[in-house]
Amino acid sequence: MIDPAATLAPEEAVQKLKYYQKGTFTVGNRLVAEEERTVQASQARSNALTCGHRACQGCGEALGARYAIDAAMRATNNNLIAVNATGCLEVFTTPYPETSWQLPWLHSLFGNAAAVATGVAAAMRVKKRPEVRVIAQGGDGGTTDIGFQCLSGMFERNDDVLYICYDNEGYMNTGVQRSSATPPTARTATTPALGPEPGNVFGTGKSVPRIAVAHNIPYVATATVADLHDLERKVIKAMSIHGARYIQINVPCPLGWGSASHDTIRLARLAVECGLYPIFEADHGKVTQVRKIRRQVPVQDYLKLQRRFAHLFKGGHEDPRIARLQAMCDANIAEYGLVDATGKDG
Amino acid sequence: MLKQIEGSHAMAEAIALCRPEVICAYPITPQTHIVEGLGELVKEGALVDCEYINVESEFAALSVAIGASAAGARAYTATASQGLLFMAEAVYNASGLGLPIVMTLGNRAIGAPINIWNDHSDAMSMRDAGWLQLFAETNQEAVDLHIQAFKLAEELSMPVMVCVDGFILTHAVERIDIPTQQQVDAYLPPYDPVQVLDPAEPASIGAMVGPEAFTEVRFLAHYKQTLALKLIPEFSEEFSKAFGRESGGLLRTYRAEDADMLVVAMGSVCGTIKDTIDEMREDGIRIGLVVIVSFRPFPVAALRTALAAAKNVVVVEKSIAVGMGGQLADNVDVALRNLPRPPRLHSSVAGLGGRPITRASLHHLFRQASVQPWEGTNFLDLNERVVGREIHRTRKNRRSGPTAENILRQLGKSVPPVAE
Repeated sequence: MIDPAATLAPEEAVQKLKYYQKGTFTVGNRLVAEEERTVQASQARSNALTCGHRACQGCGEALGARYAIDAAMRATNNNLIAVNATGCLEVFTTPYPETSWQLPWLHSLFGNAAAVATGVAAAMRVKKRPEVRVIAQGGDGGTTDIGFQCLSGMFERNDDVLYICYDNEGYMNTGVQRSSATPPTARTATTPALGPEPGNVFGTGKSVPRIAVAHNIPYVATATVADLHDLERKVIKAMSIHGARYIQINVPCPLGWGSASHDTIRLARLAVECGLYPIFEADHGKVTQVRKIRRQVPVQDYLKLQRRFAHLFKGGHEDPRIARLQAMCDANIAEYGLVDATGKDG
Repeated sequence: MLKQIEGSHAMAEAIALCRPEVICAYPITPQTHIVEGLGELVKEGALVDCEYINVESEFAALSVAIGASAAGARAYTATASQGLLFMAEAVYNASGLGLPIVMTLGNRAIGAPINIWNDHSDAMSMRDAGWLQLFAETNQEAVDLHIQAFKLAEELSMPVMVCVDGFILTHAVERIDIPTQQQVDAYLPPYDPVQVLDPAEPASIGAMVGPEAFTEVRFLAHYKQTLALKLIPEFSEEFSKAFGRESGGLLRTYRAEDADMLVVAMGSVCGTIKDTIDEMREDGIRIGLVVIVSFRPFPVAALRTALAAAKNVVVVEKSIAVGMGGQLADNVDVALRNLPRPPRLHSSVAGLGGRPITRASLHHLFRQASVQPWEGTNFLDLNERVVGREIHRTRKNRRSGPTAENILRQLGKSVPPVAE
């Protein structure tokens, strides 16, 4: 008898560990060894963002922040200080005199979180407390728009700060206005679904992950709340590195996107699977890892679940601009090599 | 130790003696030499245990200081003019959070038209931001006020702005007594924050406060400034005992005892005013000076006492609240308004954008106040001919163009200045 395993290459002889059950994205915590389970699966999690806050039902930002900060707490043995930009996360967690934060937390202004975090990190250096690490966090408005100059300065100086941007693609706290992270055609309060070309225009917006990579900082990553294992891993990895680091997390916003609160995870997944939100890691200016798309879905599948894109499907007709959105997805897929030629899993 | 030294470098040495732990540096004239001086001291190893951070804007400079201060470090930065305006949001934030940051303001005009020279417009723009504002008369006082500022800031948990006249002080080389490290260490204890970001004791700082508590928060900020009214003279006295010279305090007077006319002013112009007063005293005119050191908190009670017996008060200030008048005069008015027989108040705006304030002009101004009092604001040495022509021209011509450039063009045609 020939042992079938003997005919395989050594690395194939061992069954590869799969986090995901076939055909789903359900993370099988029960299927993996205890040390590989999520931080959230552990009773020792810090609950750094604890219950009782006032986020909306299905808030992607609250979910992302909880996973990210708890992962960073574990990575630093709870020696963590957070600086928060003004925005939803700040408002729903700290209505005076209450707070949901179980770690030292400072809110200064909308546009200065990165600089304030630089100051905290400098204080820790001068106080000779290298074990205490610093996180800055904010929404896409506080990061890609008003906080961009401070962010770029922090990157350029390579200050020892992990900046986390919870990207819900608009100014949700002030009532859903357009930011430079709002996708084309999306309806917001300042890009209304009116006129011959309703919604946000094409040819604008900025990709801060790409800009962060261009600063040659030690670590840049994108993530979503659909893949929380991956998010935790990236935060933990970021905390193992010193210098300026940037993680941008796609966090669907039921209120701003006009989506069902139970679709938050599904939308974050579809944003990746259609190619609109490339998931990658970069090390000192070089992309080192991309999250492959197993089955590319048409962008319509992502758009149709959100009322901010409803005008694209009005009256049973598809707006021709959907093809331009699809082209954006395809360009991302080509740029980052998100789909393997064989079409198989990455 | 006595040194022949530039004001900015003397201030840098004094600040270094205060052992700042985080310094945020961003250049803007005329403050730049101060942060350059500190940078040299850090780089050569004279100032140790200090993080010197080159930031990308004034907004970031104060924001980095906010983070450092909230994390328990003694934080310092410096700015001027447009830089102060660019950090305005953080200026209010630092005081709202009760962070004892010390900042030097190299007083300079605000544009447009852009102007790098000295006046007090920048300090006045932030007079209500919740910071203590101390004005230095001389470079010696600038040195001394910085040492007192850290002590005041940390005792009160409030930020302090030390205002020094751009160029007139920052760039003047003169004899200055720089204290020793032992003297400063004995006077200024290490920073012991009332609240600090510490993983061992997690606290949330900077929560959202609604109508139910906002008034109380603001009242307490105001109350703390009234405490400063007591603390500033105390610390000034303590300073003079330890260092052997008088500096700081709320205000001080010069030849005021029997004066019918009292001049009120702040900053370096007080030197010229004192010389003018000496000359007028020789002519038998009973005139004196009140030097305001603490503009915030404004020493209403002390000023009322100082001015109560005068017949005339002339406020000379380097700033104008456009559409209203001089801010200092307005504040002095508050001190006078409930006196049974208040002195007559004369307001003069002088030295805007670096225009020299001469003894000749001051002589004329003070004499005029006693014989020919005026209502509203007097603009010292205003070129009325140029102004008149420009007003006439803009009335005639809808597309009259930019005022500043038109005035320069007029001056280029060598329009003679207004006769004295």
